[in-house]
Amino acid sequence: MGFVYALIAAGLSLIFGLMEIVNFAHGEFLMVAMYAAFFAWALGKLDPLLSLPLVAVLLAALGWAVYHGIIRWVLSGPMLAQIFATFGLAILLRSAAQFVFGVDFRTVNEPWLAGRVALGPVFVGVPQLAASVTALAAFLGLYVFLSRSETGLALQATAQDRQAASLMGIDTQRMFALGWAIGSACVGVAGGLLAMFFYIFPDVGSAFALLAYVTVALGGFGNVPATLAAGILVGLVEALGGLVLTPALKYSVVFALYLAVVLWRPQGLFGRF
Amino acid sequence: MIRAIPVGLLLGALVFPAVFTLPFPRHVMIMIFLYGALASAWNIIAGYCGQISLGQAVFFGIGAYTSSILFRELGLTPWVGLIAGAMLAVIVSQIVGYPVFRLRGHYFAIATIAVGEIVQALIVNWDAIGGARGVFIPIKRPDSLVNFQFHQSKAFYYYIALALLLLALAVTRGVARSRLGYYLRAIREDQDAAAALGVNVTREKLRAFAISAALTAMGGTFYAQYLLFIDPESVFPLSLSILICLVAVLGGVGTLWGPVLGAAVLVPLQEGTRIMLGGTGKALDLLIYGALIILVAVVQPGGLMAFFARARTAGSAR
Amino acid sequence: MSLLSVHGGQRAMSLLAVAGVTKSFGGVVANREISFEVAPGELVGVIGPNGAGKSTLFDVITGFARPDAGRVMLDGRDVTTMRPDQISRLGVARTFQKLKPFAGMTVVENVMVGALQKTADVGSARAAAQKVLAGVGLGHRSETEARALSTGQRKRLELARALATGPRLLLLDEVTGGVDQATVPGLVRLVRELHATGLALIVIEHNMRVIMDLSQRVVALSMGRVIADGSPTEIMRDRRVIDAYLGETWRA
Repeated sequence: MGFVYALIAAGLSLIFGLMEIVNFAHGEFLMVAMYAAFFAWALGKLDPLLSLPLVAVLLAALGWAVYHGIIRWVLSGPMLAQIFATFGLAILLRSAAQFVFGVDFRTVNEPWLAGRVALGPVFVGVPQLAASVTALAAFLGLYVFLSRSETGLALQATAQDRQAASLMGIDTQRMFALGWAIGSACVGVAGGLLAMFFYIFPDVGSAFALLAYVTVALGGFGNVPATLAAGILVGLVEALGGLVLTPALKYSVVFALYLAVVLWRPQGLFGRF
Repeated sequence: MIRAIPVGLLLGALVFPAVFTLPFPRHVMIMIFLYGALASAWNIIAGYCGQISLGQAVFFGIGAYTSSILFRELGLTPWVGLIAGAMLAVIVSQIVGYPVFRLRGHYFAIATIAVGEIVQALIVNWDAIGGARGVFIPIKRPDSLVNFQFHQSKAFYYYIALALLLLALAVTRGVARSRLGYYLRAIREDQDAAAALGVNVTREKLRAFAISAALTAMGGTFYAQYLLFIDPESVFPLSLSILICLVAVLGGVGTLWGPVLGAAVLVPLQEGTRIMLGGTGKALDLLIYGALIILVAVVQPGGLMAFFARARTAGSAR
Repeated sequence: MSLLSVHGGQRAMSLLAVAGVTKSFGGVVANREISFEVAPGELVGVIGPNGAGKSTLFDVITGFARPDAGRVMLDGRDVTTMRPDQISRLGVARTFQKLKPFAGMTVVENVMVGALQKTADVGSARAAAQKVLAGVGLGHRSETEARALSTGQRKRLELARALATGPRLLLLDEVTGGVDQATVPGLVRLVRELHATGLALIVIEHNMRVIMDLSQRVVALSMGRVIADGSPTEIMRDRRVIDAYLGETWRA
């Protein structure tokens, strides 16, 4: 699960690194992705694993649209406006889902991959395993893209120094939109993967979102590779917390961890800010 | 002429229950007053001081639970519970604020969310005070001011809520005009520059936080006495914190009347959609909220108050 | 050429004493064993090429940065680890190179924040602020929002705000930076007037003419070190200063 968190968090981190906006609607993007995967399965008989690319593209489009439609206008505004713009979006998406789909839980009942597998002393569900592997792969793909490809480097440049980048001929608006698109695509992949074995309902985004914030903060806002380590850490803490304390408190442990890290080392374990 | 409006509103508010004797309009007004007060409290720390706290529900819940538990276990009149709740909230605000105020911007906001979630989870698991089942405030008849319960008519609740709102407004105005107010705004604009001018940033933030916490807790006590039942889901949730912020933001952050205006718009909306659409109404009003928040953030972060101010200066010949 | 050093005791003559201050950020050593003194009422200019560590020095003195080594003494009292607001209350004020106005507040409100250090009463603070504003030539703009001011006016606002705290020592960071040539003499005159009231000043400047005109003493920094400390004329002729500023090509 840590890998999945890392993937979700990577998207967040990317966006923040680019323009210092925390996308409070990130969880809702995840929810949208999960619903999309669900409907691809329910209506189109496509297993979530197969519909992954579709969902990723859909979310990328969503991210791109959100940037151009909303974010672009609040970039120069007060921080309050930025926080509320994405927050409002989150509420909007969540309630729209509730309105349109109702609050019932949905599941993908017969995924391609099912069953359990023994991994040493522990039994792990096959879908979960597949999710982890794919998430890791996606993450690595993202990393390679960011560090090797020309666009990826342009993105990094814009994140480091917006003005210098634009002076070098990089179109910052396009970079921002691209950042949103890719960040959303990450979440899209994560959502598609989660749809294989997780319940799908309108509020599903919020828990993951909070975990994502914590992951990003731990790894350091803006530092994408670090979110992998942080994601794993969070996944572990959550699992351990659930074992040691009552499951209800396991999130609290994660939050407590966040508070501890953020207060002791405000830039996160590896962060730039 | 503009100055006459608040006076007129006050008079109108005072005679309202005499004119509208049905419980529902009174309930709406009570909610407007309550949210107006809560939003004003948030406004002090977030609007004037610029620290976007998204965990106000913590204080609300503390107020509600403190007075209720004291009443149930010790028979202590909720008025004392009100003060106790406020004091406890202040203490918590200082304990939480001291480390968390070192964070800035988005980090701070997320930290407040985290604290809110942790507190809610703790209360849910704290069986001694009801856990997830909540707390029923013992019903005492007859109606009594001492017991802070009125069953015959909501009128008493109405006036108490109004008093709470007026208190919140008075405190906000007092702070805004005082040295603290100037310091808070300076901190909001540029923390470092403020420090270079001798402002002890952390101390002033904590002060604002304490005031905000106390007022919010009082709102919580009122709520408990009004509904006579509280549980973690109703007094501690993140959605409540958000709603409080929205009320202030919609009306106008950092202004005196913004929170009241925001409440006057949102509460009827909330109650209206609940009536009209029943179950699904819950989602629809949130939908509208979401759209509204985005709209406000993008178009006019100053909220409705800024909207009116612009209209006024555009209208008058300058 | 003397580098005055303070041996941990009282030096009744100096208002400010910086001793052996060293500060690094990551791999860069911004300040390297910097030591000098400022006497009450003295006007000291600080010059040095970009990156010489001047603003960092200001940050260290005013509590925005804690040095890795060395001490800052005010009236013989060690203030090295104090917070900026504590140092401000001890009588040290500063302006910032990158201006930091309270954009959403009016000009007079900006200055009031400074004045409120001296009085808790908002009314008196406002009156005091108006007086300071008149002194710097911004009296007519007191109700304007700070964000609407021109750069030159913002510089004056920054100055007024710092003055309102009633300091004994004022640190000016590039007060003539970024303003057009016509505004410079006015600013210089203002600084001189302030000095005449007995205020001690440390002035960072790039404009050579301004510095040489104003300063009683000049401290020259290069690559984080003090390379010269003396009167303006001495500094102008100092080999090391010329090298640092103008480089090899000019060595004729």
